[in-house]
Amino acid sequence: MDTSMSDAIEAHGLEKSYRGGVKALRGVSFSVRKGTIFSLLGPNGAGKSTTLRILTTLSSPDAGEARVAGLDVVRQQAQVRLAIGYVSQKSAVDLAATGYENLALQGQLYGMRKADIQTRADELLDRFGLSGVHRRITQTYSGGMLRKLDVAMGLMHRPDVLFLDEPTTGLDPESRQAMWREIRRLGREEGLTVLLTTHYLDEADFLAERIAIVDQGRVAVEGTPDDLKRELKGDTVRVELVRPVSADTLRMVATELPALRELRCDGKTLRARVDSGERALPALLARLDACGATVAAATVARPSLDDVYLHHTGRVYLSQEEASPKCVRS
Amino acid sequence: MRAIVADSLHLVTRRLRPTLRQPVYLGFTLGTPVIWLFLFGQLFKGITALPGFPSGSYLSFLVPGIVIMTAMLNSGWAGTSYVMDMERGVLDRLLVTPTRRVAIVAGDLGNQAVMTVVQSLIIIGLGLLAGARFPGGALATLALLAAAVLIAAAFAALSIAVALLVRKQESIIAIFNFLGLPLSFLSSTLLPTEFMPHWIQDISRWNPISWGVTVGRQMLATHVDWSIAVSHLAYLLILAVVLVALCSLAFRSYQRLA
Repeated sequence: MDTSMSDAIEAHGLEKSYRGGVKALRGVSFSVRKGTIFSLLGPNGAGKSTTLRILTTLSSPDAGEARVAGLDVVRQQAQVRLAIGYVSQKSAVDLAATGYENLALQGQLYGMRKADIQTRADELLDRFGLSGVHRRITQTYSGGMLRKLDVAMGLMHRPDVLFLDEPTTGLDPESRQAMWREIRRLGREEGLTVLLTTHYLDEADFLAERIAIVDQGRVAVEGTPDDLKRELKGDTVRVELVRPVSADTLRMVATELPALRELRCDGKTLRARVDSGERALPALLARLDACGATVAAATVARPSLDDVYLHHTGRVYLSQEEASPKCVRS
Repeated sequence: MRAIVADSLHLVTRRLRPTLRQPVYLGFTLGTPVIWLFLFGQLFKGITALPGFPSGSYLSFLVPGIVIMTAMLNSGWAGTSYVMDMERGVLDRLLVTPTRRVAIVAGDLGNQAVMTVVQSLIIIGLGLLAGARFPGGALATLALLAAAVLIAAAFAALSIAVALLVRKQESIIAIFNFLGLPLSFLSSTLLPTEFMPHWIQDISRWNPISWGVTVGRQMLATHVDWSIAVSHLAYLLILAVVLVALCSLAFRSYQRLA
């Protein structure tokens, strides 16, 4: 359906192992259309950053191939580097330099002319609201300011494709919103292709036109957020319990109410997918009541990306690698 | 090629910036060598009375040694700022730009070279103020500066290679703490070679610090022996080239494992 001419990024069967035999990627494939925002979504360790490092020439794949802006990332590294901007997970600002000096060095290393560096830096400082502080040593910047400067540095040489590795991790909610607005604008107004990784479902949902859920070194599923949610027919029922229920009780509920699909319990949260939430919820509540479980709250909702993740990976989404979820029936 | 030179200069500027902003830090790096200069200068003052000592003033004898030793000790830390760059993602950011790796290394070596020249001049100046005299003159002094810069380049390259391979501050600090003093004492920094036991003489002959000091000691001679100065500068140049090559291999390994 997509012609390769309109794809800014194509990855085919990327594989990568690290020392000690850890397989980070087990055949990652996806493509990103020019001028769109695409998100790789998954928990830490899923393989998002490794994929990004390969696409940005920082690392090379053991197998598979990838093209960025029509260029092979292994054989045409030099050209790829000119075409892309990369903002890593860690803030890569030189803390001993001012905001302006950081941008200028970036421009110099891309061979930009002096006058152009000045214009472009001023433009970016203005856009990211850093004009007032551009003469200050970045050591004095807040986390949000540093992150903005990071993105501005990635944009300095006007790349065709921008890679953002977890752009809002560690930001306070306000800075996060501001960053979201900026990223959206990049995609819409500048016609830039943006590939971002995130472990925040809401971030991928809000920003990306298409999402690939990465799980254990593979793309579990790919599509627009709406398509992915639509694929899951019916509603999601969530019940918050006052106390966790026993596995026996859950098994009983599951057998007696076959309308509940993918019933899971994660701590005190019970969730299941049903064809009709209005019909299923009263029966579930009555059943739980009969088992002596006290319900704190209950909701019926259209599936969220949370549910999409759960459906395709068989695990409840936890944004960090913490706690292994308990599954009852899949 | 022009791009490599331009990028190197931009990266030298980046490394020099903290020092230019706060030159006081340069003073801190000079603290130890200055203490050595005057402490040992006093301690071994009488040694010149021994028959066969090549100079009438121990302080004059010591200055070139301290210059070379300082160049080695300070450049050994070059790797630590690399580890910081790696941890902070700055190195990755540089590697994603079209900049060549050789320009990245050249940026650091250039910074070390500038710092070394400034530090050496300060040490020589302090020596002169305290009464040291160098009949070898300006050309011999330039030769000493060249030797100090080559020593700094060699040890900075080694330190950066270690940083790229082990990626830990502690390892660099441990390795260079372990190397620094033995290399200084098993060389002609403090004593003429003829005054040493034979086994130290053998080590000293192969010790790059001695090569640098040998070049520098020409400052003490009224008639500079240029064949000695040039040949020892050549050894140092070869050493620096080999270690810079090692450094670029280390870069390759860093990226392969990235």
